[in-house]
Amino acid sequence: MAAGPDHGSGPGDSPEGPEAEAPERRRKAHGMLKLYYGLSEGEAAGRPAGPDPLDPTDLNGAHFDPEVYLDKLRRECPLAQLMDSETDMVRQIRALDSDMQTLVYENYNKFISATDTIRKMKNDFRKMEDEMDRLATNMAVITDFSARISATLQDRHERITKLAGVHALLRKLQFLFELPSRLTKCVELGAYGQAVRYQGRAQAVLQQYQHLPSFRAIQDDCQVITARLVQQLRQRFREGGSGAPEQAECVELLLALGEPAEELCEEFLAHARGRLEEELRSLEAELGPSPPAPDVLEFTDHGGSGFVGGLCQVAAAYQELFAAQGPAGAEKLAAFARELGGRYFALVERRLAQEQGGGDNSLLVRALDRFHRRLRAPGALLAAAGLAEAATEIVERVARERLGHHLQGLRAAFLGCLTDVRQALAAPRLAGKEGPGLAELLANVASSILSHIKASLAAVHLFTAKEVSFSNKPYFRGEFCSQGVREGLIVGFIRSMCQTAQSFCDSPGEKGGATPPALLLLLSRLCLDYETATISYILTLTDEQFLVQDQSPVTPVSTLCAEARETARRLLTHYVKVQGLVISQMLRKSVETRDWLSTLEPRNVRAVMKRVVEDTTAIDVQVGLLYEEGVRKAQSSDSSKRTFSVYSSSRQQGRYAPSYTPSAPMDTNLLSNIQKLFSERIDVFSPVEFNKVSVLTGIIKISLKTLLECVRLRTFGRFGLQQVQVDCHFLQLYLWRFVADEELVHLLLDEVVASAALRCPDPVPMEPSVVEVICERG
Amino acid sequence: LETDAQYFARALTPQTAETDAIRFLVGTQSLKYDNQIHIIDFDDENNIINKNVLLHQVGEIWHISTSPADKGVLATCYNRTSDSRVLTCAAVWRMPKELESGSHESPDDSSSTAQTLELLCHLDNTAHGNMACVVWEPMGDGKKVISLADNHILLWDLQESSSQAVLAGSASLEGKGQLRFTSGRWSPHHNCTQVATASDTTLRGWDTRSMSQVYCIENAHGQLVRDLDFNPNKQYYLASCGDDCKVKFWDTRNVTEPVKTLEEHSHWVWNVRYNHSHDQLVLTGSSDSRVILSNMVSISSEPFGHLVDDDDVSDQEDHQPEEKSKEPLQDNVIATYEEHEDSVYAVEWSSADPWLFASLSYDGRLVINRVPRALKYHILL
Repeated sequence: MAAGPDHGSGPGDSPEGPEAEAPERRRKAHGMLKLYYGLSEGEAAGRPAGPDPLDPTDLNGAHFDPEVYLDKLRRECPLAQLMDSETDMVRQIRALDSDMQTLVYENYNKFISATDTIRKMKNDFRKMEDEMDRLATNMAVITDFSARISATLQDRHERITKLAGVHALLRKLQFLFELPSRLTKCVELGAYGQAVRYQGRAQAVLQQYQHLPSFRAIQDDCQVITARLVQQLRQRFREGGSGAPEQAECVELLLALGEPAEELCEEFLAHARGRLEEELRSLEAELGPSPPAPDVLEFTDHGGSGFVGGLCQVAAAYQELFAAQGPAGAEKLAAFARELGGRYFALVERRLAQEQGGGDNSLLVRALDRFHRRLRAPGALLAAAGLAEAATEIVERVARERLGHHLQGLRAAFLGCLTDVRQALAAPRLAGKEGPGLAELLANVASSILSHIKASLAAVHLFTAKEVSFSNKPYFRGEFCSQGVREGLIVGFIRSMCQTAQSFCDSPGEKGGATPPALLLLLSRLCLDYETATISYILTLTDEQFLVQDQSPVTPVSTLCAEARETARRLLTHYVKVQGLVISQMLRKSVETRDWLSTLEPRNVRAVMKRVVEDTTAIDVQVGLLYEEGVRKAQSSDSSKRTFSVYSSSRQQGRYAPSYTPSAPMDTNLLSNIQKLFSERIDVFSPVEFNKVSVLTGIIKISLKTLLECVRLRTFGRFGLQQVQVDCHFLQLYLWRFVADEELVHLLLDEVVASAALRCPDPVPMEPSVVEVICERG
Repeated sequence: LETDAQYFARALTPQTAETDAIRFLVGTQSLKYDNQIHIIDFDDENNIINKNVLLHQVGEIWHISTSPADKGVLATCYNRTSDSRVLTCAAVWRMPKELESGSHESPDDSSSTAQTLELLCHLDNTAHGNMACVVWEPMGDGKKVISLADNHILLWDLQESSSQAVLAGSASLEGKGQLRFTSGRWSPHHNCTQVATASDTTLRGWDTRSMSQVYCIENAHGQLVRDLDFNPNKQYYLASCGDDCKVKFWDTRNVTEPVKTLEEHSHWVWNVRYNHSHDQLVLTGSSDSRVILSNMVSISSEPFGHLVDDDDVSDQEDHQPEEKSKEPLQDNVIATYEEHEDSVYAVEWSSADPWLFASLSYDGRLVINRVPRALKYHILL
């Protein structure tokens, strides 16, 4: 087709052609088509503002003016460029022409094929219309026929329905007539369930039509048979040979036959009782006086499977069967369970009581666990009977008894330890050779007690193990841990230990010293160790093992420690008294039995004084084994060199004064009183501290005070006084090193010598130098 | 209240026959001078102490006791030193008439004019050994005396106004070792037919009619028994004390266990005395230089306090419940007296005033104390 003139605006746009890209060009072509179809306005507005649309030189613009364009080209461009523009333009024109041709050709083809299709469709529709008409007429005919057939069959259908009804009725009647024989057969075969079902089905009908004679007869027959059936069932029920499930079935059938429930449940329970009592009897036989003694675990297993299982079955069956009975029935069952349960518990308790003496806790705990676990089922079933509670109570009681048992065991162990120590202490005396040292004995005792405590704790701990069914009961979580184990067992033991130890202090036969002093010393140290460490250790151990959740007050560690300390103190004080007494007795006898008036001039220290020093040294060694040295007052180191010259010339002079100046009794007292003012009062039996020096000080104080009192009761001759002087100096030489404050020894010995001088009608003291010589020689 | 005997002294006794004036006798111990008996009068109203001195020249006095019937008669045990032997003897004395019921001379005069005792008789002990103590029959007419000499117990009859002592009966301890009586008391019960003695660790009861042993408490104390006393109102009860620092109370019908034990002293207890009328008050003296007054209500004759008569009940019904609520009272230590600076060897209640007592320490200091007023009223009301 001709493009050039028709497309008048086209030929002039050659200069811009090379820059335009392919899409740009296509859009340009669209734009031109749209322009052609009058859409130019919107399209032009939508286009992104390129060159000014009003520009007359724009080759694609709507206001393109060829003249202006050409003018512009000619004026602005050189020749070469003009030539290029020209060729470019020609090329573009050609391309546009070919595009146009293709478009037109394609659209034409499509139009032709569409026209053909429409023509074909017109033909087809006309044919289909005819066929539809024919179908409508046929359908009308069929409807007509169908209506006629229904009308014809109506009558016959009704008759068939009626016949079917009659047939059913006849079958029922036949069943009724056959019922007696069927029942008989059932009864004979023992198919009681079947019989009861038949009877149940027929019952209502027979009841309804009993005015008709024939039915009457059937009913009578049935009743006779039923009566027999009932009788047989009862018979079977009573025989009771069969197990609980069969019985339950019997009862169920009887109930279905309308037997009185009340009576049945009585009977049911009576039978159950018989069976359960049988179980109890067998259990009791196991208990019997000379049993083959199955262990407790086996026993509770028997009880659990036999009695408790039976009880469970009975209860379950009962509740199923007699649910209709309401609260009265439940009450009856509860009472039943309570009674039998009570007897069962009594038996179990008897068995457990036999177990109390035994040592194996784990077996017992397992048995209790089984027992408790088994009773949870009936407990849940029969909350009213309180079986679970009673079982828990029994378990608790046993647990408590166990605690008591362990406490006893611990006490016995402690006493056993003490006996061992006694023997150990007594033995070396006989052998004449040092046995195991005190420290070693102490360690033995302490460790053996501790291991006993731990063993007990471990044994008791089984009760609270997680896998044991009763361990989460409030009692076991709370009271058992705090009151039972902590207070009852551990605190109780420590207390009783203290008491046992204290009882050695006030043993009536104190004269002979029934308890060896070394034992007192050892116990004292043991108690002190408990106070410092062991008690808190044991209690911490206990608290850790038995996480105490109970809020009830427990004995604080400090109280126990104070008790232990008090015990230790008393024991040590008693030790001091006993040892002091031994030495005192020696001194007392030596003073009392001697004739001080007619004694000879002293040549030696008396043997008894040497013995005193020896004994004191021995005690010092003994105490040193267990107790620390302690503090002593610093004194001049040469105090042992001190002699009696010092006070016999100064202080003593006051006391001797009366003998030389008879007019001055006043001065005596004045002087002695003044002297006393400056010396502290000596508390002879003062409390002892926990160290060696304090212990020795106590013993020496007691001994010297005794010496003083004894001296005061005697009258001395001149040489008697001198002997006392010598003795005292000797004691002075050797005793000062044992005591905390050597001034004390000086004071007491001064007093002894002063008293002796006072009790001497002719007091001429010995020369201090001579005294020294004698002492050094002796 | 205190006074000094100015000598060393161990022996103290109230003037038993005197029931009006508060009077104590103290015997001194001195090897070098003439010993004395000091008669201490205490004027309760004016708080004044009077002292009269009697010379006792025969020796130092270890024990002294007064006749319950005659104010002027007393007995002493004294040491007589001869050559190189010491022998303790006993004698009965009469004091000068004017001193019998106290003197009203000024103390200054009395010390300057020391008077002498008149010897009534010796209790001859040459065959028996050292005299430990002399005790008078408490309720009698002052004619019967028991003395303890080493291991013999001697019953004397004083005849012809005490001028002659006849040995009426004796008994002696037999056994191993040196058995020696330390102390004895005459029971005021059973018609005064019982005497109890202490020797070593044993308490013994004697019947004075047959001079035979009635009961024996072996090992009454762990160590030496120093003294004992009868409960004046409860016939089977007696108290004992000893070197184990304890005071024990006994029912003589059960000799195996003491009824009660006190352990308050820290050294030997030398003396124990029941109050003559209120037997819950028990006095002890010890060589720890303390005197302790204890209230032993639970084992006294009035365990629930003073029993109110029926008449009083009707009068004071509103007071009744109040009194009930107070009882039963607890045994306790009422007071500890620490005035002494040396060992206390003797304590005695006054025979005239039941609320007053004296204690004597070795340094010769005599201390007179009263029962605390509050307690006195508590007991009386």
